Amino acid sequence: MTAHASFEHHRPDDLAAALGLLAELGTAARAIAGGTDLVPQLRAGKLVPDHLVSLNRITELAALTTTPEGGLRIGAGVRIASVAAHPAVQRHWPGLAHACTVMATTQVRHMGTIAGNLCNGSPCADTSGPLLAAEANLEIASIRGNRSVALDGFHRAAKDVDLSADELVIAIVLPPPPPRSGGSYLRISARSRVDMAAAGVAARLSLAADGTIDRPRLAISAVAPTPLRCPDAEALLQGQLPDESLLAGAASACMATARPIDDVRASAAWRRMVVGVLTRRALTGALAMARGGAS
Amino acid sequence: MTRQHITLQVNGDAFPLTVRTDRSLADVLREDLRLIGTKIGCNEGDCGACTVLVDGQTICGCLYLAVEADGREITTIEGLAPGGEELHPVQQAFVERGALQCGFCTPGMVLSAVHLLAHVEAPDEATIRHGLSGNLCRCTGYTKIVDAIQVASERMATAPGGAGEVQS
Repeated sequence: MTAHASFEHHRPDDLAAALGLLAELGTAARAIAGGTDLVPQLRAGKLVPDHLVSLNRITELAALTTTPEGGLRIGAGVRIASVAAHPAVQRHWPGLAHACTVMATTQVRHMGTIAGNLCNGSPCADTSGPLLAAEANLEIASIRGNRSVALDGFHRAAKDVDLSADELVIAIVLPPPPPRSGGSYLRISARSRVDMAAAGVAARLSLAADGTIDRPRLAISAVAPTPLRCPDAEALLQGQLPDESLLAGAASACMATARPIDDVRASAAWRRMVVGVLTRRALTGALAMARGGAS
Repeated sequence: MTRQHITLQVNGDAFPLTVRTDRSLADVLREDLRLIGTKIGCNEGDCGACTVLVDGQTICGCLYLAVEADGREITTIEGLAPGGEELHPVQQAFVERGALQCGFCTPGMVLSAVHLLAHVEAPDEATIRHGLSGNLCRCTGYTKIVDAIQVASERMATAPGGAGEVQS
């Protein structure tokens, strides 16, 4: 079936063994969890590793837990479908829940992981926007030690992430959502299912006692070489009372941050326009949720 | 070529095999075990024709490395009606409602429906369509497929053992 791929397949039972293998094998190895992005790349000869290190027997990576402070920790082995079904995700991170409900297909969501979605480095990764808006951090491990990095900056360029050959993302950690906050992720593609997003916008914000916007976070995906936060739009919203013209200004700022290209899914001009539309809608949804008292 | 010894647990039986590490589960099921009910359509995870259950979850057999399935419980379409005489309620409803034309997508459709009905009691049309969104039918027979799954859902809700008849 594949002309190129001939690889040793390793199935370590614990994280220490997996990290040992990655350290020993270096660039000759790739980690595999769901395989939904990796296997097609192997088959196409785009990746030709001598070794695959499977994470699928490592129980310590399979936990999805809420932290004592009210945050969330998503182990690198947690399947996208499990994130979508988790009550705390549905309640506090609706943008992430939506991404994990609509992306790809049921079968792929049973296989794929959030960590894989991020590490694949695709600019259109559906979980990247809502996780950027939620100010996610990544726990990265190697035999040299562990480090924690913000997801913002992890994607350096298309298909290029801040991860050495001996390192593994072991968890995605979300801080607790602020009080009176709301979130939303909206994506658009030519087909309602299966298709990859042609553009995506994620919003998260909270409301201060006087009704002004606090800690606004906006992220866009599939409209630049990497998923991006939109700092100009965030600065525009911070401390302001929401109204139509403010949301329109934020939409324009997100459109200016986008660096879309023409490709098979959409034209650059259409993508930029859609970023504006989705930004207004995502902010409207996030505001409604924040006003509704849900946190 | 790198090979590995594995044991696939398929429809309740154990099959010790030696397979190339790069082969997909769908390929091994079809070529080595001759379980050709599992179809390979797009071979890149879009069409769902290769859908099988692994530890009770629907997956794309074309994207799933056979070596990853070592020791896991696999259910293929052949496992739903082992004797070939009494069909699973979902299969029976597909027959009665004419929910297939060429039949190529049917094994995957049926397994996705079995998985859905094991997790959602009395799903409405939108839930069924979402549950089937990873299974493409190029004969465009979706309406009858949705009808059939609703019929099966009603029957399984009233049958002894209910939706738990097939472990998934």
